[in-house]
Amino acid sequence: MAKMGWMARAALVSVLLAASGAASAYTTTGNGWNTPQGVTEISAKVYDLHLLIFWVCVAIGVLVFGAMTYSIVMHRRSVHPKPADFHESTTVEIVWTVIPFLILIGMAIPAAGTLIKMEDTRGAELSVKVTGYQWKWQYEYLDQGVGFFSTLHPDSNKARQVGSGIDPTTVPNYLVEVDEPLVLPVGKKVRFLITANDVIHAWWVPDLAVKKDAIPGYVNEVWTKIDKPGTYRGVCAELCGRDHGFMPIVVVALPEEEFGKWLEARKAGQPYRLAAAAPTQAADVPPAAAAQPAPAGEQVAAAPATAASAGELSKAELMAKGEQVYKANCAACHQANGAGMAPTFPPLAGSKMANGPAEAHIAQMFTGKMMPSFRHLSDADLAAVATYERNSWGNTGSIVQPAQVAALRK
Amino acid sequence: MAHAATDNSRYFVPQPSPWPFILTAGLVAIIYGVAGYLENKHWGPVPIYAGAAIAIYIVFRWLRGVALESEGGAYNAQVDRTYRWGMAWFIFSEVMFFGAFFGALFYARQLSVPWLSGEGAELSTNQLLWPGFEKDWPTNGPGAMGGSFETIPAWGVPFINTVILLTSGVTITMAHHALKAAERLKCILWMFATVALGVCFLYLQASEYIEAYQHLNLKLSSGIYGSTFFMLTGFHGMHVTLGTIMLAVITARLMVGHFKPESHFGFEGVAWYWHFVDVVWVGLFVFVYIL
Amino acid sequence: MAHHDTHAHHDDHAHGEHHDHGHGPEKGIMRWIKTTNHKDLGTLYLFLSFTMFMIGGLMSLVIRAELWMPGLQFVDPEFFNQMTTLHALVMIFGGLMPAFVGLANWMIPMMVGCSDLALPRVNNWGFWILPFAFTLLLGTLFMPGGGPAGGWTMYPPLVLQTGNAFPFLIFAVHLMGISSITGAINVAVTILNMRAPGMSLLKMPLFAWTWLITAYLLIATMPVLAGAVTMLLTDKYFGTAFFTAAGGGDPVMFQHIFWFFGHPEVYILILPAFGVVSTIIPTFARKSLFGYDSMVYATASIAFLSFIVWAHHMFTVGMPLAGELFFMFATMLIAVPTGVKVFNWVATMWKGSMTFETPMLFALAFVFLFTIGGFSGLMLAIAPVDFQYHDTYFVVAHFHYVIVPGAVFAVIAGVYYWLPKWTGVMYNETLGRIHFWLSAIFINLTFFPQHFAGLAGMQRRVPDYAVQFTDFNVQSSIGAFGFFVSQFVMIYNFARCIWFREGMEKAPARVWEGAHGLEWTVPSPAPYHTFEEPPRLLPEGEITAAHDAYDALDRHKINP
Ligand code: HEA
Ligand code: HEA
Ligand code: HEC
Ligand code: CUA
Ligand SMILES: [Cu+2]
Repeated sequence: MAKMGWMARAALVSVLLAASGAASAYTTTGNGWNTPQGVTEISAKVYDLHLLIFWVCVAIGVLVFGAMTYSIVMHRRSVHPKPADFHESTTVEIVWTVIPFLILIGMAIPAAGTLIKMEDTRGAELSVKVTGYQWKWQYEYLDQGVGFFSTLHPDSNKARQVGSGIDPTTVPNYLVEVDEPLVLPVGKKVRFLITANDVIHAWWVPDLAVKKDAIPGYVNEVWTKIDKPGTYRGVCAELCGRDHGFMPIVVVALPEEEFGKWLEARKAGQPYRLAAAAPTQAADVPPAAAAQPAPAGEQVAAAPATAASAGELSKAELMAKGEQVYKANCAACHQANGAGMAPTFPPLAGSKMANGPAEAHIAQMFTGKMMPSFRHLSDADLAAVATYERNSWGNTGSIVQPAQVAALRK
Repeated sequence: MAHAATDNSRYFVPQPSPWPFILTAGLVAIIYGVAGYLENKHWGPVPIYAGAAIAIYIVFRWLRGVALESEGGAYNAQVDRTYRWGMAWFIFSEVMFFGAFFGALFYARQLSVPWLSGEGAELSTNQLLWPGFEKDWPTNGPGAMGGSFETIPAWGVPFINTVILLTSGVTITMAHHALKAAERLKCILWMFATVALGVCFLYLQASEYIEAYQHLNLKLSSGIYGSTFFMLTGFHGMHVTLGTIMLAVITARLMVGHFKPESHFGFEGVAWYWHFVDVVWVGLFVFVYIL
Repeated sequence: MAHHDTHAHHDDHAHGEHHDHGHGPEKGIMRWIKTTNHKDLGTLYLFLSFTMFMIGGLMSLVIRAELWMPGLQFVDPEFFNQMTTLHALVMIFGGLMPAFVGLANWMIPMMVGCSDLALPRVNNWGFWILPFAFTLLLGTLFMPGGGPAGGWTMYPPLVLQTGNAFPFLIFAVHLMGISSITGAINVAVTILNMRAPGMSLLKMPLFAWTWLITAYLLIATMPVLAGAVTMLLTDKYFGTAFFTAAGGGDPVMFQHIFWFFGHPEVYILILPAFGVVSTIIPTFARKSLFGYDSMVYATASIAFLSFIVWAHHMFTVGMPLAGELFFMFATMLIAVPTGVKVFNWVATMWKGSMTFETPMLFALAFVFLFTIGGFSGLMLAIAPVDFQYHDTYFVVAHFHYVIVPGAVFAVIAGVYYWLPKWTGVMYNETLGRIHFWLSAIFINLTFFPQHFAGLAGMQRRVPDYAVQFTDFNVQSSIGAFGFFVSQFVMIYNFARCIWFREGMEKAPARVWEGAHGLEWTVPSPAPYHTFEEPPRLLPEGEITAAHDAYDALDRHKINP
């Protein structure tokens, strides 16, 4: 390669250096750099398929790039001063049309087989309805009367605020931890009925090789059959607004017996300690702490309303509860001090709506224009948070009672 | 193609022109006004009217310039072919625009509405979210958006409108023949008939809309039926309006002596456009009204 | 310096002395506002494109800065989403598409031998729409509610949550559509109607062919996009229910309509790039393009297939199985004609006599890196595996490979290649090569690690991520900043050619020794109106092989 320009040589050296740096970085990256093999029969098939296509591409790449590199080196003008003058050949054109075509058929057959398997949701033993909200997941075990919301774990949530000053590396499972995981039995075919309440989300757990869009107004079905107990993490995979990056999914797969116990405890409203299988610090899951359990099978919008008919509440009660609800739901945009973030998120401190008639305020929470709808919160929660907003940060609005909210819920 | 160069040894190159720039400025003013209106920013209608006035004026000036160039003999056969190709591609783009809305109609009828009623693999969609909803067309969806409504029967006004448009396709062809035969008066009379048919169509279409809104409770907001119905027929109506105006302009140009029997692309372009509007209507009549 | 020997090449074609019939440009700003000249408009397009590349590039730096480390350092997530959305819209509609229209404006009339594009006033209109459209679009960043943040794909219902920016987003898209359609009609008509006599379709330069097919794609799909966003507008403001289940519509319907436009759109971005590369490689390999006819047929096949693969962007929406299978197979098929192109380029180099001036370096990098992006595209096409890849950084890596070291490199290659023809002076070759190597290294550093991040589970469109993705993101961010900064080498180099020409080497008519085609028969810089009368080619019978149509054209000395 004596003739190679100095620039090309320097560039080649730095490419090699960068590549080895990158390679070492990959090996030090604990959590891998490849699609997981997963814990289901399907995920293993998908993994194999992934590698198959990958290696086919590598092989073709070696041939094409090899020929090209050879030509670049051997057919430079300094080595090969007189160009040949051939410029077409029907034979080779046919050859390099037909061969790739055959290779593709070789890939298409196993791919189609796997796809057909994946789409077969028959014979499920457990059905879970999964509903995406901005920005949390609701899980309802159909026919079991168990249901709950699952949101980003409070530790992650605290750390992820702009300028929180908390180092994410000190937060266990930063951004992939939830307050209450989805618990599933091992070895049973589980069917997910996936839908959404507001915008499109996508429910994705790589280890299960399940990714399906959650479409408002439609239900998509997928299934899985987990082979190994463990904790499997995923994320919402469809842009769903501001906190799209902050609605993780955690699935805890338990042996069948233990799952049964969990289910019983959950039905009885008792805390259940997710032990061995779940090395997650969210092991203690007091169900009461989660959002209102929604009766399974019922319509989403209707669900929270049933929990509504609480009577009159005192201002202190409303304010205390309201602060909780506010921190959990509203502070992300309107900020804890009610100052909002111009120009996108208006301040609530001094806001016309928070100081004016309550109707508009309540309506805003039901059908924000840019703001997500919060109609899935209970009347009591909405009343509390409205009261809180109307009486904090110098605001002097009226108190809002659950009945007022219920009256405006259409 | 060798002859192209022999009969035109020089290309036609137009002079620099400020019209396109000003036209754009006018359009942007309209956009500003409309966007403000949609977002309840009270800038008032001034930008819309001003922008529209500018845009209309410029379009008029521009086309007039082209017409005068053409009448002044600045164009050769190649320019003529350029306009033909240009118009053909433009109409193709319009076809694709309607294609989007026809696509929405077919999608709703063949896929989304059946799915909502539980067809295919969508049983759970129906059971969990829309229990009791049954496939039907016309429909305003499981949420019965906009409340119950009635539709416009195909064999009343829409059928008359079909006849009108098809007839207008014939009259404009007659006018074209007359023009080629250098029978200007005849041509103008046929054009009058065409314009009149266009106006009739628009009148009937408008009364149909009024009927829909006032008596049938059929509105833009009547679910997917109302959406597809009004968007398809509405955009078509807008094209008929534009087409009618162009027909009128062409007629006026005929009356002041424009166009020659052997070269009259301005006329033909408008005729193509009119036939296109006609064909779209036939599609509408079949897929929106009859089926 | 490699181009030295090109100077030895004779320029025996006297041309241009009788071409200033008062058709010179006006003076001052009005020249640019009123111009109907294809070269002026080409220049305007390229400057606009360059500006937009820089704005979109700065936005990508905001993205990369925020992703530098886990945790939210600089921007609010909402603003991050606005950056992602606008980055994509600005890059695609403001950067890449106008760049190719700019190249077409400059080169197509010269290549096919005519005076100007077919519809010069419409050409002016098509250009001047764009600065207005992007002012509207970028202005939304300062509105209450901020800019659009629903992704460039604008999926409802999310996009309907956009604030005051919403109508501006929609109308800006409408304007861009009008501009693209007028531009495309113009190019198509020029190619179909204005070719010099004797230049049959299968004898014209491949760049004209790829553009003709691109124009067809544009005219067929931009109106569909316009229809789709119009439905968004009426859904938001006029109560229609196209994308609302309660009214019988379907949010997924938007995706079908969008991708019916969106997939051909990605070939709109790459086909002209194929044309540029197919022009440059033969020049520097000093050997005719291998398989001209099959190149044309391959391009046409890609365009045809591009209309029936759209739903590969939507494998996870829950389509019926038959649909998924169909779209998977159709998508895989595209690898065949694309492969033909790649193989033909390699065969063109084979046994050539290559030199590696800057345009050639970029073109070669194109072939390598586009192919890598194509391979990851093929992986994405496999539906069951796409369930793992979809909406992760693997997709981001895929499309940046085909777009940045693919299409953008082709633009850069094209500008280096033709700039001497436009300005009449040679750029500095050493700086050109430095620019190339820096760009090539940094762009791989930016996008290669994203494959791994995506496979390991990092979803796209997020401002923050789990800590195990840190290393990949650090590398990617370093690469992005490095790539951006490297472009200043090019800016300096080009600025000298355009504004500070003293001491720069004059370019001959035939700038590159191995270059063929009508554009190299006129002086550098090319006269304001290149051919005021059609150049006369030899009677058709004497042009033997189609592939060397250019040769035939200039070997026989076009009659001015
Ligand atoms: C210039 C733009 C461009 C180009 C040319 C391509 C080319 C291809 N793309 Fe890509 N693509 C995008 C831009 C582009 N893409 C963008 C912007 C997105 C994301 C949009 C968004 O969501 O925001 C996307 C997303 C995207 C997806 C959706 C991924 C997802 O969201 O889940 C898929 C899936 O099939 C896909 C496939 C392909 C294929 C098969 C090709 C093929 O054309 C590639 C063909 C080329 C080769 C295969 C290499 C050369 C061939 C050979 C050497 C022959 C032999 C080879 C074999 C037989 C293997 N692309
Ligand atoms: C043309 C298209 C294009 C181009 C050029 C780029 C260029 C770059 N892109 Fe982007 N990108 C997209 C199209 C493009 N991108 C799209 C469609 C998306 C998806 C959006 C969505 O999810 O909705 C995306 C998303 C996207 C993401 C993911 C964001 C997210 O998911 O949240 C990231 C992250 O790193 C990124 C980074 C970059 C970087 C670092 C570059 C750098 O390469 C930028 C540096 C480039 C330049 C500075 C330009 C250099 C060129 C010149 C100087 C030209 C010279 C021209 C003339 C001489 C005329 N882009
Ligand atoms: C994703 C961000 C987001 C979240 C979370 C959010 N809001 Fe908002 N909010 C907005 C935006 C954006 C607006 C302004 C535009 C609009 O009307 O949607 C707004 C406006 C408001 C207003 C009207 C302010 C005025 O003066 O006009 C009130 C009141 C309000 N929000 C209350 C709430 C309550 C209560 C919650 C939580 C239960 C909440 N918001 C959560 C984004 C958010
Ligand atoms: Cu929910 Cu993204
Ligand atoms: Cu695609």
